[in-house]
Amino acid sequence: MTALVEVRDLVKHYAGERSWFGLGPPKAPVRAVDGVSFTIDAGKTLGLVGESGSGKTTVGRTMLRLQEPTAGKMLFDGSDVFALQSAPLRALRRRMQIVFQDPYSSLNPRMTVEETLREPLEIHGLNGAVPALLEEVGLDAAFAKRYPHELSGGQRQRVGIARALSVEPQFVVCDEPVSALDVSVQAQVLNLLADLQTKRRLTYLFIAHDLAVVRHIADDVAVMYLGKLVERAPAAEIYAKPRHPYTTALLSAVPEPDPKAGKQRIVLTGDMPSPARPPSGCPFHPRCPHPLKSEKCRVDVPPLREITPGHLAACHYAEHPMTVSAPHP
Amino acid sequence: MTNPVLLRVRDLKTYFVTEHGKGTARAVDEVSFDLYAGETLGIVGESGCGKTVTSLSILRLIPEPPGHILPGSLIEFDGRNLLALPLPELRAVRGNQIAMIFQEPMTSLNPVFTVGDQIAEAAIIHQHLSRGAARARAIEMLRLVGIPDPEERIDHYPHQLSGGMRQRVMIAMALVCNPKVLIADEPTTALDVTIQAQILELLDKLRTELGMAVLLITHDLGVVAGHADRVVVMYAGRVVETASTEALFERPTHPYTEGLLAAVPRIDAPRSRLHAIPGQVPAATAWPTGCRFHPRCPYAWDKCVAQEPPLLETGGGAPGHTARCWLVTEPERRVPRR
Repeated sequence: MTALVEVRDLVKHYAGERSWFGLGPPKAPVRAVDGVSFTIDAGKTLGLVGESGSGKTTVGRTMLRLQEPTAGKMLFDGSDVFALQSAPLRALRRRMQIVFQDPYSSLNPRMTVEETLREPLEIHGLNGAVPALLEEVGLDAAFAKRYPHELSGGQRQRVGIARALSVEPQFVVCDEPVSALDVSVQAQVLNLLADLQTKRRLTYLFIAHDLAVVRHIADDVAVMYLGKLVERAPAAEIYAKPRHPYTTALLSAVPEPDPKAGKQRIVLTGDMPSPARPPSGCPFHPRCPHPLKSEKCRVDVPPLREITPGHLAACHYAEHPMTVSAPHP
Repeated sequence: MTNPVLLRVRDLKTYFVTEHGKGTARAVDEVSFDLYAGETLGIVGESGCGKTVTSLSILRLIPEPPGHILPGSLIEFDGRNLLALPLPELRAVRGNQIAMIFQEPMTSLNPVFTVGDQIAEAAIIHQHLSRGAARARAIEMLRLVGIPDPEERIDHYPHQLSGGMRQRVMIAMALVCNPKVLIADEPTTALDVTIQAQILELLDKLRTELGMAVLLITHDLGVVAGHADRVVVMYAGRVVETASTEALFERPTHPYTEGLLAAVPRIDAPRSRLHAIPGQVPAATAWPTGCRFHPRCPYAWDKCVAQEPPLLETGGGAPGHTARCWLVTEPERRVPRR
């Protein structure tokens, strides 16, 4: 299996604002993404998980150069995306698409569904049939004449998916595609994404804050905290044996629809620090509940290293992972 | 349940007149339930099921027009019908004996007042405390909801706080008068999962310590499973199932509840296809005839199209477990069509 997408040491800093109406000294830059590396094999899904402010959305957008990176490399099928001029970049964008989180603000309210789907085809000089696209995402051909305000959230998200697929991409960034949807509709859209992946052999970067949603779609999972990857592993492995205390806490915080689950929760104290003022050492150390936490965590930044084959974690004590004893029936 | 009923909701109908003559939206349509002292009652449903309108109707916070609570509705608290109370008397209940917290802590806090002022306001109005005493009470409340350095934080403005901290301030505001009932409308939906866990744990702790009853409105069955004693499931403006939390998750009876439970992605399940409920929630101006779920129901037969079922006791050893479904009377029909 070869990697279709490779990200190496991706960095994205936002310049700090100047106080006093732009006359004062600039504040510290916001280190939204701070050295992230991963690969995604063709036809596979990497789930990128994190809370608000972790930098997960910035990773997805920077990979497609919807934002310019500060440093790092992004290889797509061998081409260096960050080095491309605008004409070849535009050609490559046909092969890399994105589905946005909010199906309300990501569709133009003045365009019918047909116009929305036709636009990318015209830009890239492609012939594509709108009715076939609609059918593929489970919408009736009659939807072509409608405007976004006439559609429900789930239907809008299907249009967003159809728009991404219209140019027949190989790689799709799905940025929280189901977080704005109700549970029953969320299941429909997740199933649709899975079906389309099989049918078209798509490669996904699936960005989400919900570990349970990611469980149902991802082959591999990467967890972000304060602009850094703290853990990366095959999905089955990370859910069964998380190595980083942040992953363990995240997993234990997911409310399960089972009153008898009686699982022990690790309730983290405090909030995620500001990415403009990240803590010294391990970025997670001020909130870390690990019993072995030591002075080393405050001083040394733990590198993301391989703990067992294919399972990477950035914790000094990853060999002694925290356990949450969940009494299983 | 041996505890007394604190809040009794009967046949609540809240309708909205829509623009351009598109008809009347029957957002909440004959909703009834009881809230017992000291319990957490979960009201669960998806967007448009009427759960938020129900909670707003209790304190008459529905803007009129376009909203309208129909005559014949009853919301009984402390022996009085809140819907018939003159406004000054209702104001003495609002924020005092029944308090509410909302989903979006940023838009529910006033950005130009310090959090201390906003917490103290209710204590000054309802408990007639002096400014100084109210400030001391506000500091005490901030400490109670787990905000570090309350003496310093009290002079902060909402924008200086994180989302989780703002929700804690909202809770402090709601609890400052020791309410008997706390209505929490999606209190953690806007928060990250680790912060959600903190807030839900805090609400549980405070409920036990202060002995209040909580009406927990949420779309998240996981939140209900971990934090509610009993559950009311709503669909299309109606209550479709009520049960103790255990009974609901063990034997979901209404096909909507069953479908909703199956649609939730599980963290402990292997990668698999999710069960999706086909179709979507119909418009509140045109609920389907008969059972309102029948167009999306895998079991529906002609009776379901013609006649709406009442809430029926499901029996089966769980008293108080009711479902608005004809399957209760004809269980042999629980065979999916597809």
